[in-house]
Amino acid sequence: MILIVAEHAGGKLAKATLEMVTAARAVLESGGGREGPVTVLVLGQNVAEVANAAAAVADQVLVADLPGLATYTAETWAAATAQIAGEGEAHTVVIGGSRSGREYAPRVAVKLDAPYLEDAIRLTANGDTLQAQRYTYLARVTETVEAGGPVVVVTVKPGSFAAAAPLPTPGEQYDVELDLPAPRVEVTGRSVEKTSRVALTEADVIVTGGRGVGNSENFSAYVEGLADRIGAGVGATRAVVDAGWRPYAEQVGQTGKTVQPKAYVALGVSGAVQHLSGMGKSRYIVAINKDAEAPIFKVADYGIVGDVNQIVPALIEAAGK
Amino acid sequence: MKILTLVRQVPDAEARVKINAGAVDLEGTTLVIDGMDEYGVEEALRLRESGANVEEIVALAVGPKRVEDALRTALAMGVDRAIHVETDEKLDPIALSRVVAQVAQAEGAGLILVGGQEADWDSQALGAATAERLGWPQLTWTNELKVEGETLTGRHDVDDGNESFRAPLPAVVTTQQGLNEPRYPTLPNIMKAKRKELRKDDLGGYGTQPTVRVVNAEIQTRARLNRMIDGKDPQAAAAQLLDLLRNEAKVLA
Repeated sequence: MILIVAEHAGGKLAKATLEMVTAARAVLESGGGREGPVTVLVLGQNVAEVANAAAAVADQVLVADLPGLATYTAETWAAATAQIAGEGEAHTVVIGGSRSGREYAPRVAVKLDAPYLEDAIRLTANGDTLQAQRYTYLARVTETVEAGGPVVVVTVKPGSFAAAAPLPTPGEQYDVELDLPAPRVEVTGRSVEKTSRVALTEADVIVTGGRGVGNSENFSAYVEGLADRIGAGVGATRAVVDAGWRPYAEQVGQTGKTVQPKAYVALGVSGAVQHLSGMGKSRYIVAINKDAEAPIFKVADYGIVGDVNQIVPALIEAAGK
Repeated sequence: MKILTLVRQVPDAEARVKINAGAVDLEGTTLVIDGMDEYGVEEALRLRESGANVEEIVALAVGPKRVEDALRTALAMGVDRAIHVETDEKLDPIALSRVVAQVAQAEGAGLILVGGQEADWDSQALGAATAERLGWPQLTWTNELKVEGETLTGRHDVDDGNESFRAPLPAVVTTQQGLNEPRYPTLPNIMKAKRKELRKDDLGGYGTQPTVRVVNAEIQTRARLNRMIDGKDPQAAAAQLLDLLRNEAKVLA
């Protein structure tokens, strides 16, 4: 079987899970002899709704609804995943390329003595071998890598595969029992950065502000103002987050989120390579910056050399018409 | 406690990456100690300076001969000695974690510091894979760290924000920007570093081999339209941009 570990938050199945189902079907359909069923493992507590949503797209769903899984920890998620993969003789384990996914997936690979293909943007099977494409060197290079063996662990980069459509008949659901280790990392405080806007990794359009926006008041007026007008998510550069204008959750780049929206509108963003590595694969890139020499213009589809303070109010006004 | 800090050597962020015959070619490229690893080296030094019981700080690198330079940088920053497992073999993180775990055990390390996502392989796997091999807990994307006795406390980034944590040592910590500001090696320290031990080791003894093969590499930049709109008249520029986004790119309703 091909085992997918569901990503979910706030009682909802994440779009990333639907993308992983598509990635899994791509492996099965490439004719390498790796076979189904496409099985989604749901780890958590009170996850009935998540399991139902997963069943709509998967051949079968394994549900571990346990108090020990109420909150994610790398050690418990790795133990649970490796145990189910082993018992079910999974040949491919697919995990989301979120921060947490890429945190516990390597532990799963070591537990299963399996090779690990990390952050794949394409996946195909060829006989015993699984081949993946992934970005390296701050996303400046696309590498094709392959690994073989009875089981391979893969993480899938969010936004790289289309979301799977519902099947005519939902998959069967089965409860599973698990032997979980006691987590040794104790969470003593938690700061969740909530936003009423669409999540960055799920947004079709993102408006991002950089230092060139000027200050945090301008950021609210222009970046948030434009995002709200066109129904976009809000992103920020490292410099803006370091300056305390915006929360870390909005950061796009090597140390923040990787995004791949249909349109990425960069306001006052210079375009450092660490930032480009997080957004450079967006379908359309729009750049507005005073500095005509800013590197962001090299990757832009549409560029305006001009003052954000003047152009963006005009944009907000025009977008409302 | 002994701290093991891992060091990779990567192209400078501003350097151009070249491809030759389907593989990344670093010949002639400016190479530096990876920025995220550098935060790990700095943090080890700061933990000692802050009064934590740090007996020794050892830097480890696995790679070709040139990687010595990155270890020399770590020595000049203040680590006590370095181990270089010299090899031209390209090990993926899962294979490399086997080496790191064995060195950690042989050295009796109580804390391993490694960059959260190094700028060559864009991988976050080495810290976690090493922790699993050693049976240790891990804290990733750490931006605040304290050691008191056998306990690690700090803060790190998670999917939807950040968490404060407490964990027992030994542990693996992956580091990132924001944790500290790495120091520059001073000339006296660079001179002193020349006399510090840099032990050479052979990969053969570690019983590891690559588990992932790189088939091809290419610079794949999406062709961009690079269409510039005159910004002198903000209203006209705004109208033109919206028209392009709606009717040409079709990304806005």
